[in-house]
Amino acid sequence: MSEGTLYDKVWDRHTVTRLPNGQDQLFVGLHLIHEVTSPQAFGMLRERGLEVAYPELTHATVDHIVPTADQSRPYRDEAAEEMAAALERNLADIDIVFDDPATGNQGIVHVIGPEQGLTQPGKTVVCGDSHTATHGAFGALAFGIGTSQIRDVFATQTVAMTRQRVRQINVDGTLQEGVTAKDVVLAIIRELGTDGGVGYVYEYAGSAVENLDMAGRMSICNMSIEGGARAGYVNPDGTTYDYLRDTDAFRDAPERFEALKPYWESIRSDEDAEYDDVVTLDADALEPMVTWGTTPGQGVGITEPIPDPADLPAEKRDVARRAQEHMRVEPGDTMTGYPIDVAFIGSCTNARLADLRAAADVVRGRSIAPDVRGLVVPGSQRVKAAAEAEGLDAVFTDAGFEWRGAGCSMCLGMNDDQLVGDQASASSSNRNFVGRQGSKAGRTVLMSPPMVAAAALAGAVTDVRALSEVISQ
Amino acid sequence: MSDTEIEPIETVAGTGIPIRGNDIDTDQITPARYLKVITFEGLGEFAFFDQRFDEEDNPKDHPMNEERFQDASIMVVNANFGCGSSREHAPQALMRWGIDAFVGESFAEIFKGNCLALGIPTVTADPETVRALQEFVDENPDAEIVVDVAGQTLSYDQQTVDVTVEDAQRKALVEGIWDTTALLRSNADAVRETAESLPYVELDE
Repeated sequence: MSEGTLYDKVWDRHTVTRLPNGQDQLFVGLHLIHEVTSPQAFGMLRERGLEVAYPELTHATVDHIVPTADQSRPYRDEAAEEMAAALERNLADIDIVFDDPATGNQGIVHVIGPEQGLTQPGKTVVCGDSHTATHGAFGALAFGIGTSQIRDVFATQTVAMTRQRVRQINVDGTLQEGVTAKDVVLAIIRELGTDGGVGYVYEYAGSAVENLDMAGRMSICNMSIEGGARAGYVNPDGTTYDYLRDTDAFRDAPERFEALKPYWESIRSDEDAEYDDVVTLDADALEPMVTWGTTPGQGVGITEPIPDPADLPAEKRDVARRAQEHMRVEPGDTMTGYPIDVAFIGSCTNARLADLRAAADVVRGRSIAPDVRGLVVPGSQRVKAAAEAEGLDAVFTDAGFEWRGAGCSMCLGMNDDQLVGDQASASSSNRNFVGRQGSKAGRTVLMSPPMVAAAALAGAVTDVRALSEVISQ
Repeated sequence: MSDTEIEPIETVAGTGIPIRGNDIDTDQITPARYLKVITFEGLGEFAFFDQRFDEEDNPKDHPMNEERFQDASIMVVNANFGCGSSREHAPQALMRWGIDAFVGESFAEIFKGNCLALGIPTVTADPETVRALQEFVDENPDAEIVVDVAGQTLSYDQQTVDVTVEDAQRKALVEGIWDTTALLRSNADAVRETAESLPYVELDE
């Protein structure tokens, strides 16, 4: 078993006791909730006559179902309205902070936690959402839980968990121009498989990770679950602290920052920490990644050929064949030139200010292809306001993109933003599962925000590094 | 009334249904549009909906549409079943359809945890064992399969094969402590001590 890693230290500090079944009872420092996975948990709580034990450690928002165009209430979609109303009813008599759209603080749960400074190194963070690993970018131990576990956290502020193994993933070297954190994590998942991380927590390390900003680190940790790992983290460092200093939690409380910093430093993995597994990736060799299939592990570099299922390990062949049929791609081709109908920049993976800036840099002064629908969906109301303050909204709308309100949007088919029929999308989100973007026949190609921007301009999947050439032709 | 009676689960017996394929994600098990609900009731009929029905809601070829599997309670699956989203709606839907146990090559972490919270075993076996069982179930939809959680075996067709039930899962099921709320609540004082020992936790008085 691992020893001396951040995971071990944070786990030990938060362990209340060993349970009779051999699991540990783990204290939860921050419980984030949203409208989709919490109503049933509130219902279970009421059924058992229990109350929320630590409302001060719980924080709520709405993200999955909120419309990103007209957000006036009641929502046009009755089911969405009912879910929003249910959350409001559930929170009415409880002292839980609720960032609803009227506050200006609403957004995707994994965007608002970090931007408000709720997410901190050495905290345990849980949420009824598999992308909770995002918060690991700060050196928090963060993972998704199911609704019955949400009930447990409400009732006790703890969860029953089995300790996992720790795999260190070193991404050494320098990312080339046009290669982003998203490409790193897609490469990791391709390398280790969609189930390679089952039973593991991933520690992302190495010079390429250390040189990333917080948005980049969040993109990588966000997709840990796509590789099967329930949690992923980066050790906190100067970049983390600089980010935190400027959040609500510490902006006006430098003494609190200084008081907590020794704890943050203490939970970093030791120099001589022991890992259950160590994997190394060469950052210099990476190029922009795109998926060709229907799992996030089915990715290729933009200049690489789509693999022949026959050349894959036996257990991956069937899935690959079905995926290629669904996506209508051929082995041996590259993804370059794959026509797209929709370009989506958004989601908890890639809807932070840094992501929007990177996409805007590609778009500025250009226009999207005439038949492409382009959507830019900021991750939170604050991201939206900050982007507008620097004129990014105009960059996108001038190019022909829709500039929308904060929410999960087209990452999943739970709101108005959905693919139609067999539309193909270039998407900065995290899942290319069949039906994920709202249409069973829809086709999703995952990539970084600059690559989505490039695809929108060209009307087809395009190497962002060669964009000028493509457009001038 | 705060604590419910928890039933120990030592064995699960019933007929099987094979669901073939690796990496079957929870978006396939419960498409996102069926998450727009505030209770889990009624989710059973939407399990695997887009695999079972076409655009006009006509039934497609799928084991869950076949008459012979309608009474099945043991789902036999392949690798990384239940990957993707944390939605408990997925195991809730399958449970409400009639599933009491899963046998498979491997399960995604969160799905497995969600099943345990519902008292549903996720039993694993090597690929050959699983494929043999899928074939048997296909040919013998009425044959009884017994999953012995405590003994970590699977009995069918007059044979008994070894399977794996993770230690914590086995103990929780067999001893009837898989519904963790009461268990966790019994340590309320220790929880508060842990909270007070953490430098970042600020509690309301």
